[in-house]
Amino acid sequence: MNISIEREVKGDNLYLVAVEGEIDVFTAPELKKGLLPLTEIHGGNLTLDLNATKYMDSTALGVIVAALKSASKHQCRFSVTGMTPRIKRLFEITGLSDLLNRAQTSEGNADD
Amino acid sequence: MGMIEDEPRLTAYRDLLARYVAQDSTFSVEEIERLSEFLHEQDVSPDELVGMHHDALEQTFANPDRATLQSLNFLMKMMSGYSNEYREHQALKNRQKQLDTEIDVAAEVQKALIESDLPSCAFADIGAVSVPAKKMSGDYYRIVNDDGRLAVTIADIVGKGIPAAMCMSMIKYAMDSLPENKSGAPSAILSSLNRVVERNVDPSMFITMFYGVYDPVTHIFSNASAGHEPGFYYSAKENHFIDLQARGLSLGLSPNTQYSEYSRKIDPGDMIFLLTDGVTEIRKDHDFIERKQVVELIRGSMHLPAARIVRHVMYELKKMQQFSFADDFTFIAMKF
Repeated sequence: MNISIEREVKGDNLYLVAVEGEIDVFTAPELKKGLLPLTEIHGGNLTLDLNATKYMDSTALGVIVAALKSASKHQCRFSVTGMTPRIKRLFEITGLSDLLNRAQTSEGNADD
Repeated sequence: MGMIEDEPRLTAYRDLLARYVAQDSTFSVEEIERLSEFLHEQDVSPDELVGMHHDALEQTFANPDRATLQSLNFLMKMMSGYSNEYREHQALKNRQKQLDTEIDVAAEVQKALIESDLPSCAFADIGAVSVPAKKMSGDYYRIVNDDGRLAVTIADIVGKGIPAAMCMSMIKYAMDSLPENKSGAPSAILSSLNRVVERNVDPSMFITMFYGVYDPVTHIFSNASAGHEPGFYYSAKENHFIDLQARGLSLGLSPNTQYSEYSRKIDPGDMIFLLTDGVTEIRKDHDFIERKQVVELIRGSMHLPAARIVRHVMYELKKMQQFSFADDFTFIAMKF
């Protein structure tokens, strides 16, 4: 079980993190390490790309929640793209979609 | 090898070897056992032992075979790396055993924390089953008689294993000590719990929870959900299953979250089924089981008592996954 994480600088403070493989309890720490520092860039704009992610379990959701909270604290915009219908459903049920929408529209307002 | 200290050992080894090779009638196997025990006590490693054998051979026999001596040198080098690996492995195995014991104890403590008898009530037949994927569970459920009403909670701590289990214990105590717990509205209870979780839990952890209350006087079932996998409501009149839809943020995502409350009239013969996502995220042949397959399993057994429905559904789902669950699994059935 392996994942590869591509970090790409798209412009001034504009970052893209793409994950290939399966995110589970073994690989989630790696994602956390790659993702969280980018959420701490004040005024940054970060996108997590899940197009090449085959599977993710609840530990992966945990990392995304931590990233969302950290982004909001540091006024960094954070969005997720490339969700499969199943992952999308999981985001909708748990309320993560609502939180993500807030993170995108409020420009990382810290008062959520 | 330091020659002075090692000399007596080598002598003992050489003499025993010589007597063995000469097929001396006084030789007994116990002598080998005693010597090896002694060498072990003296911390002689396996590669040193091979070296000792090499030296003894050289000293004992006038013309030892060169190839044999060389092969012993080879074995000694081989043994040196091998015994390091072996020792490390043994140490890890011991450590593992110790951890396993600790986890077993923790799992027992957890079981004692959650396990309680289902309340007996005249107006509903209730069944519940909860199995951890590993030893400890991140699922939680609670079914209690709350001032004559039936209160049911089902929750899934996101994450698995020990961290999730520890979080689960916290939730249990938070629920037991909520002032709203007595006859409180489901939405108010979830709001309070959300504050507790938000303040006390690691930012990457969150909890999905469904809380419902049935009032046997009004026949109303009211519920609120904090991001939990929807359960099923079965209407006997229409012979039809629908999702128990309810929206709300999972506990611990955001402070001051408000929850909507939903209610429905329950008629005799109606049923409610609650589950954690271990139930619907079960993988079958690399694919996921659809919710409608779970409904089919329920349909096939809903004539049975509630306790048997939950066992039947669990068994069938386990069978689909070759009898092991990848996620904690909890399933509750209530027949009115």
